[in-house]
Amino acid sequence: MQSFLRDAQDFLPILWQGCIVTIELTLCALLLSTLLGFVWALLRLSALRVLSWGAIALITVIRGIPILVQLFYIYFVLPDLGIRLSAFQAGFIGLGIAYSAYQAENFRAGIQAVDPGQIEAAQSLGMRPGMIMRRVILPQAVRVFLPPYGNTMIMMLKDSSIASAITVAELTRGGQLIAASTFKNMTVFTLVALLYLAMSLPLTYLAHRLERAFGRK
Amino acid sequence: MISVRNVGKAYGAHRVLDGVNLEVAKGEVVCIIGPSGSGKSTLLRCINGLEHYDQGSIAIDGESVRREHKSIHALRSEVGMVFQRFNLFPHRTALQNVMEGPVYVKRLTRGAAREQAIALLEKVGLAAKLDAYPAQLSGGQQQRVAIARALAMQPKAILFDEPTSALDPELVGDVLKVMLTLALEGMTMVVVTHEMGFAAEVARRVLFLDHGRVVEEGTARQILAEPRHERTRDFLQRVLRPV
Repeated sequence: MQSFLRDAQDFLPILWQGCIVTIELTLCALLLSTLLGFVWALLRLSALRVLSWGAIALITVIRGIPILVQLFYIYFVLPDLGIRLSAFQAGFIGLGIAYSAYQAENFRAGIQAVDPGQIEAAQSLGMRPGMIMRRVILPQAVRVFLPPYGNTMIMMLKDSSIASAITVAELTRGGQLIAASTFKNMTVFTLVALLYLAMSLPLTYLAHRLERAFGRK
Repeated sequence: MISVRNVGKAYGAHRVLDGVNLEVAKGEVVCIIGPSGSGKSTLLRCINGLEHYDQGSIAIDGESVRREHKSIHALRSEVGMVFQRFNLFPHRTALQNVMEGPVYVKRLTRGAAREQAIALLEKVGLAAKLDAYPAQLSGGQQQRVAIARALAMQPKAILFDEPTSALDPELVGDVLKVMLTLALEGMTMVVVTHEMGFAAEVARRVLFLDHGRVVEEGTARQILAEPRHERTRDFLQRVLRPV
């Protein structure tokens, strides 16, 4: 136990750096996946067949390919096509795109859960589509998609560890490097696991709070 | 003011509206009655540009109403609509519901919109419920908020789509009373309804619609007391249910 604490003291500053990268990576990927997911959801719900079918095809492709493979593709294949990204950029873009498919389905479910009568009432007041979306649909859809959104945040935090495979210096990668040079697997990965858990707790709390704030009538 | 000429609409082979004509003058109250599926609601929804129609023309003060036109938003803001199921915004209070249109469509200042909304909610008898959410109101109260919401746009006319059909019987009276007040104040109204008493008392004209056609049209007295057509008589008998 004493050696664990001693080692922990040595390792934590390094792992702490990894935590910061993990948080940055999660936030960037979350933002991107939210924006893209929202765009896919709107396309999916479009009255124009071309757009909705395009969105369905896109979502199906993204969902059907492992996140790890998507990251490899962006980091290792795109440079052959002349697009060079840093490991961090490739990581958050890959995670953002991979998660956008799930976000899209959540948003779509939320938007479709709004009573069509609400849209007609807004139309009859003379509101235009953009305003109806902002003032009438989204405030009501939010209640449906926030609970799954909370889950998505927590999953995103954990799945950001996949970016270690393309050398992003996040928490898991930091752990791997220390473990490889010290062979103290037990200490290192226990710390890594505890740090992920510690980071997920505030998110769990936030998800709970959001759900309560928007869930009330 | 509202001019419906030879309007037709079909879903495949099923004709929902079949050459409907209707002229509503300023300040007039017209009731539309008819069995369910006769096209009454569809007609009303076409007048507000909520639905597409295949043939004919609809105009409000000479301006063509077409769902596909860019001008439809402005036109809708000039004609109020009250729905069978109220369709109040559940995430906003009664006051906010009534302020929504004036603030976000007419760009009135919040202060002015608030003042107007309070006055309108008082007018429909809900001065005590300004901060209540729709879920906290009875159906009759919700429908009166919906009427206030339509009035807040200072519309040229209001279309009522079976405004009392979703209400418990004891709540119908309050809503009809508000509508009667509006009629007496000279509001132009087109009312799809099953309330024959209201039609008899308030409507200047009554239309009987069946299978998408205007079967009979006349004063409330003519249609309700002395219907000429078999189908009108048949319908009235069913509605009035003299056991």
